[in-house]
Amino acid sequence: MASNFPLLSLLIWLPVFGGLAVLALDTWMPGRTGQRTVHWLALAISVATFALSVPLWTQFDRATDAMQFVEQVLWIERFNVEYFLGVDGLSMPLVLLTTFITPLVVISAWEVIKQRPAQYFAAFLIMEGLMIGVFSALDGLLFYVFWEAMLVPMFLIIGIWGGKRRVYATVKFFLYTFLGSVFMLVSLIYMYTLSGSYSILGFHDLPLGITEQTLIFFAFLAAFAVKVPMWPVHTWLPDAHVEAPTGGSVVLAAIMLKMGGYGFVRFSLPITPDASMALDWLMIGLSLIAVVYIGFVALAQQDMKKLIAYSSIAHMGFVTLGFFIVFAAFANNPQGSGAMLGVQGGMVQMISHGLVSGAMFLCVGVMYDRMHSREIADYGGVVNTMPKFAAFLVLFAMANAGLPGTSGFVGEFLVILGSFQANFWYAFLAGTTLVLGAAYTLWMIKRVVFGEVANDNVARLTDINAREFLVLAILALAVLLLGVWPAPLIEVMDASVAGLLEHVRQSKL
Amino acid sequence: MTLTELNAGLAAPEMFLLGATCVVLLVDIFLKDHQRAITYLLSLLALLGTALITAQLVVDGREMAFFDSFVMDPAGRVLKLFALAAMAVVFVYSRAYLHQQRLLGGDYYLLSLFALLGVMVMISASSLLTMYLGLELLSLSTYALVAYNRDSPMAAEAAMKYFVLGAIASGALLYGISMIYGATGSIDLAEIASTVAAGEALMLPMAVGLAFVLVGVAFKFGAVPFHMWLPDVYQGAPTSVTLFIGSIPKIASFALVLRLLIEGLGDMHESWASMVAILAVLSMVIGNVLAIAQTNLKRMLAYSTISHVGFILVGILAGTAAGVQGAMYYTLVYVVMALGAFGMIILLSREGFEAENLEDFKGLNARSPWFAFVMLMIMFSMAGVPPFVGFYAKVVVFGAAIEAGYTWIAVLGVLLSVIGAFYYLRVVWYMYFESATVDVRPMRAPDMKFLVSVNGLAVLALGLLPGPLLSLIGTVLPA
Repeated sequence: MASNFPLLSLLIWLPVFGGLAVLALDTWMPGRTGQRTVHWLALAISVATFALSVPLWTQFDRATDAMQFVEQVLWIERFNVEYFLGVDGLSMPLVLLTTFITPLVVISAWEVIKQRPAQYFAAFLIMEGLMIGVFSALDGLLFYVFWEAMLVPMFLIIGIWGGKRRVYATVKFFLYTFLGSVFMLVSLIYMYTLSGSYSILGFHDLPLGITEQTLIFFAFLAAFAVKVPMWPVHTWLPDAHVEAPTGGSVVLAAIMLKMGGYGFVRFSLPITPDASMALDWLMIGLSLIAVVYIGFVALAQQDMKKLIAYSSIAHMGFVTLGFFIVFAAFANNPQGSGAMLGVQGGMVQMISHGLVSGAMFLCVGVMYDRMHSREIADYGGVVNTMPKFAAFLVLFAMANAGLPGTSGFVGEFLVILGSFQANFWYAFLAGTTLVLGAAYTLWMIKRVVFGEVANDNVARLTDINAREFLVLAILALAVLLLGVWPAPLIEVMDASVAGLLEHVRQSKL
Repeated sequence: MTLTELNAGLAAPEMFLLGATCVVLLVDIFLKDHQRAITYLLSLLALLGTALITAQLVVDGREMAFFDSFVMDPAGRVLKLFALAAMAVVFVYSRAYLHQQRLLGGDYYLLSLFALLGVMVMISASSLLTMYLGLELLSLSTYALVAYNRDSPMAAEAAMKYFVLGAIASGALLYGISMIYGATGSIDLAEIASTVAAGEALMLPMAVGLAFVLVGVAFKFGAVPFHMWLPDVYQGAPTSVTLFIGSIPKIASFALVLRLLIEGLGDMHESWASMVAILAVLSMVIGNVLAIAQTNLKRMLAYSTISHVGFILVGILAGTAAGVQGAMYYTLVYVVMALGAFGMIILLSREGFEAENLEDFKGLNARSPWFAFVMLMIMFSMAGVPPFVGFYAKVVVFGAAIEAGYTWIAVLGVLLSVIGAFYYLRVVWYMYFESATVDVRPMRAPDMKFLVSVNGLAVLALGLLPGPLLSLIGTVLPA
């Protein structure tokens, strides 16, 4: 493939236009055949997008931290805004995660979504393109456009196909994230007035005083902490997750939360290194609260989706912890690998959490489709009626609890390892997740899967069909593969993480 | 004195429009109600002719006519062409509606054309008198338009309020003009500017005059605290009239500010900046907060207009080239969005029924997914969500404010746009998440359906490719 082939653009616009094509097809071909074509077209587009994204992995130059697959065109001449795309080791795995999850979401909705399936598929496809745009945009304004535009399809997905309190949940979701983002916009514009362009790479080298850095840091924090979400701005997430349809929850947990984490490594750390260093105690504190306190909150949940939502917050706490221990790790041991382990661990945790939480939400979706309940109390002894399903659920639960051999272990282990080089107590508190995570996940499994058949509804359950099996099997393979052999993923991000740390260590003052 | 001396060629578009309107007026007298289509077509032809003449009239920088009281410059040309195009859209949207609501008679077109003439004169005003002349032509025509539906008590009330308050505002403006004349000895804006620059103006009457002029400007724009007329007029007037009032006069208001504050009194930026800041902040706050409480869509859009005026004023406040360009961009973009929003209300109306309540949009996605999507684009654009064009409008004005050191206004503005997002979201929520309570369907008017679709897509297209319009404004409004 020629090096100037606009691969990233293709990955962004193929699903977007594909989504529009799905809508158009739905209008022109109503009726049975039309519906079937709509389903297959949506699947074809999402699979094609995934297939096209594979070269990102195979042709990726692992030796450099420079941007690759770069496309740069002047977009808004008046303000020197560029249509500037490119990926490095930090963003490429997230692009792949996006293209990997979306086909699974399409398949999982196959017969489940009966109300306006075309709009459902179109919303997910368009959102896929926009999310890839977020991960590959290297121009601040372009990034912001993708970042915000993505809210529109998600707003509709939760609002149209969600549960009883869907309107409340989706408006809360939208306003919360919108409120966080606008501060980022102001600081992007501010940096534009200083540097004369919106290039993110330009922002990385922009000299900024400590006051400016602190204000910009908090502006970014408002945007990214809401997305991650970090305690105490996490309250939109349980609502959004519970009310969203299965696919919405999957995308929300698997991809959208990662944008917050990605934002920290792409913006906060390199643009405001000194403020990040001065305020790392705050970030570490919030992360540890997420890990420990939210872990306890998860323990108390009666609703399976809520439980997984809280477990997501706790797991994402690891991501932010890994990113912000770098300064303490450097200070303790300048030659040590603590910082490297922290950032790598955070990145691996993002990918792993994308797979595991997505799988967990799909599992809950499988049960919800049959029982129309997410209450743990309504289940019990599912293994007796759905043995195949129970096997998958237990596997994903183990991964969620961070069992070695699954992807969940790798990220958490790396972050804890890195934390030891920063401060023993960070590692100690982070380590409680191994207990807490196991407790809330396995306790849920015990109540839902094992034991006697709880009631007649559970007795009437039918095991997963081939379609559901396919989706869960693909995810199970990915979780195991990443768990036993994470080296390729770490290798891909190695150069970029090293480059990032090199940059972060240099004070801008 | 010959026409050449007057350089009257520069006013050819206005003269043609005046002549053409008189022709339409004469023809209309002899038409029966079922022949109004002829008035409609003639009006569109008048617009087309005026637009062609305006397009021919390429000027290099500022060119003056009528002894410096009339100016033609590239910015004015763009504004005029835009106003003409918007007027044509208004006519297309209104035709089926007027027929359906039994508002027959050609007066609607005639009054609108006269109002447009006023707008064009205002755009080209380079003396205080020309400006006042254009403003009154616009105002008197709109007063009559608001009362166009004679049988509606609400329309009559709205027109009365509008007229009384408008007269007071005109009085204030005129009083301010007289003060400025007293202070500088001239009504020519260029001469006023040079007198002020030379420090020869009498400061006290100048300051008083400036305050009164600002009151007039704020009233015409609908900025808080001079906004009282706006919600009542928007709600009370027939929707086709609201469509007009909500769009084209904003171009005139921008022109008024451009000619008066920027070109005429730009050197007094420090004196008027604090006043404009108060207007901008109050408008953003009151507009966005009160819109949340509205159940009538026209009224909600009225408050939304007030908030948008606040955002436009943020650009003016900056006072820099980027700020004025941003304000112009915002104005043009706002006109496109307002046309689309009111167009949608018209599209869903039927005989004796106006889809003006928020409830009427419930479940629209089920009956008409395409037009629900058009409305969705317009609402998200007004809320300032990318990739729709309203987002860039906010970016340019806030960018100018930050550059000029008004970062706190930008922060306040983005916070208020989050509050504002709620009521736009509510429209989307009603259309997509609720089921219908009344059976509202788009009217059967293919030309209008097509144009509303184009209007909605323009909001998206201008958002995906905002470059050309921004560059155009950058070239016609240089520093």
